[in-house]
Amino acid sequence: MILQLAWRNIWRNKRRTLITISAIAFAVFLASFMRSFQKGIWDSVIDGAVNQFYGYAQVHADGYWDDQTIDNSMELDAQLNALPQSVDLVADVVPRIESFALASSGDLTSGVFVLGIDPVKENAMTQIADKIIAGSYLTPTDEAVVVASGVAKKLGLALNDTIILISQGYHGVNAAGKYPIKGIFEFGIPDLNKRLLLLPIKAAETFYGAEGRATTLILKINDRNDVPMAIAATTQQLPNEKYEVLEWQELMPELVEARLLDEAGGYIIIGILYLLITFAIFGTILMMTKERSYEFGVLTAIGMRRRKLFGVIWLETIIVAMLGAIVGILMSIPIVYYLHINPIPAAAMGADAAEAFEKFGISGDLPTAFDKSTFFIQALIIFLITSLLAIYPWTTIMNLKPIEAMRG
Amino acid sequence: MTVIKASNLTKTYNPDKIPVRALRGVDLAIEKGEFTAIVGPSGSGKTTLLNIIGGLDRPTAGEVEVGGKDISQLSDNQLIDFRKDNIGFVFQSYNLIPVLTAKENVEFVMVLQNRPKAERDKRAESLLTAVGIAEKMDKRPSELSGGQQQRVAVARALASKPAFILADEPTANLDSESTAGLLDMMATMNKEENITFVFSTHDQRVIDRARRVVTLVDGKIVSDERR
Repeated sequence: MILQLAWRNIWRNKRRTLITISAIAFAVFLASFMRSFQKGIWDSVIDGAVNQFYGYAQVHADGYWDDQTIDNSMELDAQLNALPQSVDLVADVVPRIESFALASSGDLTSGVFVLGIDPVKENAMTQIADKIIAGSYLTPTDEAVVVASGVAKKLGLALNDTIILISQGYHGVNAAGKYPIKGIFEFGIPDLNKRLLLLPIKAAETFYGAEGRATTLILKINDRNDVPMAIAATTQQLPNEKYEVLEWQELMPELVEARLLDEAGGYIIIGILYLLITFAIFGTILMMTKERSYEFGVLTAIGMRRRKLFGVIWLETIIVAMLGAIVGILMSIPIVYYLHINPIPAAAMGADAAEAFEKFGISGDLPTAFDKSTFFIQALIIFLITSLLAIYPWTTIMNLKPIEAMRG
Repeated sequence: MTVIKASNLTKTYNPDKIPVRALRGVDLAIEKGEFTAIVGPSGSGKTTLLNIIGGLDRPTAGEVEVGGKDISQLSDNQLIDFRKDNIGFVFQSYNLIPVLTAKENVEFVMVLQNRPKAERDKRAESLLTAVGIAEKMDKRPSELSGGQQQRVAVARALASKPAFILADEPTANLDSESTAGLLDMMATMNKEENITFVFSTHDQRVIDRARRVVTLVDGKIVSDERR
């Protein structure tokens, strides 16, 4: 009967209850949508960076990430190559030799970031071949390079021109070589587009005197949600003293910080929204408490304990709040899901925004993130706000004197 | 058997500012099965006396025993439980719960007493039949007349099987016909079931039906007449 009493009390003032439910529903809808949209964009940015270059996780020789020299490379042994077989969640491994060289063409020189790659595996992960704007992509046996458009521009390179590379190889050997330009590509990350040069890993091993070695082994993991488990399983497979396994957050800390900063802005807006809703809910609770103090007096007079009475009032406010939260979530789910399946084109946000997104590797569409926890968190926030506001009826009821309450 | 025993009750409001002495040394004993009216002019202390013997207010001095138990020593929660199990209240403004039906209102105190559903149903129906509005048991208070609401309030007061019923001006808002019907019903219950009723009233129709009339003036009992 207590639940029945609470439910009927809610509808004593239908208009007020409906207004409160609508206000909460609207706030939950806006918060869910904003959060899903922001999360969706950042997920796209991270996926872009991950798929274009870093991967979700990398294996290095222990200490490489802090001191990125070719001397800290690792032998690409059978255990590393067998990771896709020994760890279920790792679909493939993509080896790289990453180092620097001084590049020269004619009178021009520039520092370049040399990436020795397995052309087939690299393309399967990053689709780098699709970014070729002139010439063609590499094959594993090529003794040629493809350069980013920024490098080509800086050194005045065209297809079939020769580029000379000078560097220091493994254990201090001299590294020098000349390579024809087989292709020019446009890379999505602006900083790398100015200095990136690709050559087949075999050619890179020869160039750096590092046969059978790699500085980086990217773990190809198909589902982002599997990353922590895949890393844990990989770490278990490999000897800790020999290797380090890093997650994308450690590989791109600046991206993580940028996301946190941007999301903090979003949280402030959502916080203001919920602050307004807090006042709306408090208004309802205040009126419910004030206008029923006579009734509270009668109920305690006939034998209802104050805690039980408070329980009824708390139940009423929680039901109203949760109805609002549920309506808001039901309103937002179809829209968020629709925009998850049918993303908003970046172009719809304006040409400048589209260009900015492109630089971060977002292919032009902005899907919302469809994450159940986003909706659950909104309901939880509303529950917590309402429970906190219940302090007011709690103190009123606990200090209630039936005679005074019935005198009005 | 003495149901209520009040000894040397005093009640002073605003003792630190402008003291108002509502009761000045009241001694009163109510026996089982009495049909008592406490009368007196406005401000004489009737309602204060009723509130104190009903455990809704505490005396400034003196003792109240209900069924031999000194209720002035009970904590707030103990008093609430004591009222629930021992005292039935009938208020001037009926004070039914507006969102519950007549039957649910009668059941409510039994819910607080954690009585089983079947027992609640049976007792609520029998009480509403006894107060003469069995056919209205599914109506909400707003669908009942004042007299009918007060009958429901009497049934609610009886639901917990209390030691006595306290009725504060129960006929103040009723017309003559409803008042007569309500008094007939309460007098019958008093006579046939030996239920103790204590009224505070200045309604002559109630006073005429009472078998004991206690008159209060300025917080003191000035007469105690048994008929």
